[in-house]
Amino acid sequence: MESSFKHQLQQTACKVRLGALEAVYSGKSGHPGGSLSVADILTYLYFAQMHVDPQNPRWPERDRFVLSKGHTCPALYTVLALKGFFPMEELKKFRHPGAMLQGHPDMKNIPGIDMSTGSLGQGFSAACGMALAAKLDQKDYRVYAVAGDGEIQEGQIWEAAMFAGHRKLDNLCLIVDNNGLQIDGRVGEICSPYPIAEKFTAFGFHAIEVDGHDFDALEAAFEQAKQTKGKPTVLVAKTIKGKDVSFMSDNVAWHGAAPNEEQYQTAVTDLEKILHSLA
Amino acid sequence: MANSIKKATRESYGEALAALADENPDIVVLDADLSKSTKTELFQKKAPERFFDCGIAEGNMIGIAAGLAAAGKIPFASSFAMFAAGRAFEQIRNSVGYPHLNVKICATHAGISVGEDGATHQCCEDIGLMRTIPGMVVISPADDVETREAVKAIAAYDGPVYLRLGRLAVERINDPDTYRFEMGKGIQLRDGHDLTIIATGLMVAKALAAADLLQEKGISARVINMHTIKPLDQQLVAKAAQETGLIVTAEEHSIIGGLGEAVCSAVCELCPVPVVRVGVNDVFGSSGPAEKMLDLYGLSAEHIAQQAQLAWSRKK
Repeated sequence: MESSFKHQLQQTACKVRLGALEAVYSGKSGHPGGSLSVADILTYLYFAQMHVDPQNPRWPERDRFVLSKGHTCPALYTVLALKGFFPMEELKKFRHPGAMLQGHPDMKNIPGIDMSTGSLGQGFSAACGMALAAKLDQKDYRVYAVAGDGEIQEGQIWEAAMFAGHRKLDNLCLIVDNNGLQIDGRVGEICSPYPIAEKFTAFGFHAIEVDGHDFDALEAAFEQAKQTKGKPTVLVAKTIKGKDVSFMSDNVAWHGAAPNEEQYQTAVTDLEKILHSLA
Repeated sequence: MANSIKKATRESYGEALAALADENPDIVVLDADLSKSTKTELFQKKAPERFFDCGIAEGNMIGIAAGLAAAGKIPFASSFAMFAAGRAFEQIRNSVGYPHLNVKICATHAGISVGEDGATHQCCEDIGLMRTIPGMVVISPADDVETREAVKAIAAYDGPVYLRLGRLAVERINDPDTYRFEMGKGIQLRDGHDLTIIATGLMVAKALAAADLLQEKGISARVINMHTIKPLDQQLVAKAAQETGLIVTAEEHSIIGGLGEAVCSAVCELCPVPVVRVGVNDVFGSSGPAEKMLDLYGLSAEHIAQQAQLAWSRKK
């Protein structure tokens, strides 16, 4: 990847983190930790990978994206706003009564959202259905879905994985945001989903383990996913929950809590420092 | 009008679906390892490339259907009522209902007439579960003629639908030459002035037989076939309440949450008169031949007539 482009992506990802925190802070509720861990993955997908048209959100030929871990929508909403699907001002109204930006993604009312999600385990099945539709219609669009590493404790994920492997949905790419934490603690201690890559391999996937914060690595992995024929791909993306905000980093307390004013200022300072260093 | 042709509504569903295969290339059909029983195999034979067996994984099947609908397809997803409305309730609520996707959930083997398989497979809660989901249409056809028309109508309708079908062969009560299905509009099959029996599914035929029994006792019963439980034809219900002053509901479903309660709500709000609910009386079913089970759980013409007569004598 060209270093100037990588630089741009890093800057965008930092803005995504700032936007996600602004949304959670303004809404006085939401999920900052997972929004920060998934920010680089979403940035890469929307700014380097997927074909979408903010002027025509329902463009039939577009690549599809399903945030199966729907609670981290503050990051997705920011990506969509930065991309031009709707004004950035909407982020300030996140989770407010009557606002467009609901607590979890709502495909009916939010431009750019391809599937309503929030109840864990369900989004990936819908992504499989979209990939199947593309095959039926002989369309070239690809379908991407992001699941949490806690989310894959849901049985439905494996029902969908069995289906995708069996149907050889090679136009489908699942990314597991492996930040290692869920509400009650470390995923490995609550009910271990490990080893993740081996499980998906057994279900007929091409599995790639990747650093979910390294754009060069993400580029190589997504490229490999595209080239993989006859089977779906899973990227097991190692990430840090609360990434780039000092007091949230790898801290389970920030799964679903909003920062107070002081904490928010500290977080903004942390992120602006990074943004300045990239300028 | 009535004759001796007997057919299970699941059979009529499979045939109607297969007939739509050529007409509408957007229709795709999903099943969860029960295609021989739900009769979606008839569609599979006609259009194998648009049929997907999802294996024994109903939650995922509903999610796949949601994704297909989001990409412009018209998926019909079938399983037994217990595993569609029951097991996959939350997938239907969140992945289909909330985004209001164009998915048709066509569940067979509803109610006690599943017969020998017994309580685990006799779903008497599905109408209640489905009608609580905002925007969900709930249809329970009475016979072969009505099922075929309902399948055509829901294929043409854009939005989520729950279609309730049965395992047991039931007699044809509608005339294919004159029958007209309109979603959300009940059909008055017989007029009467002492009371009204509002029935759905296979209980419509039993309601007609009950009206005959009542007539012998000098009681004039109106009979309404309420094929669409949601949206309920409130106007027709209110009119019956006003004109006959007593309502008896009949359904092969729990008296909790189903047609009876839907009618009670409408009657209470629009024209309060007594309502008696005939249905599965808040109990689980059990194993045995279907017709015997219907009798055992009070889902017979005789039981409807008895309950109606009792309520009528109280009304006087």
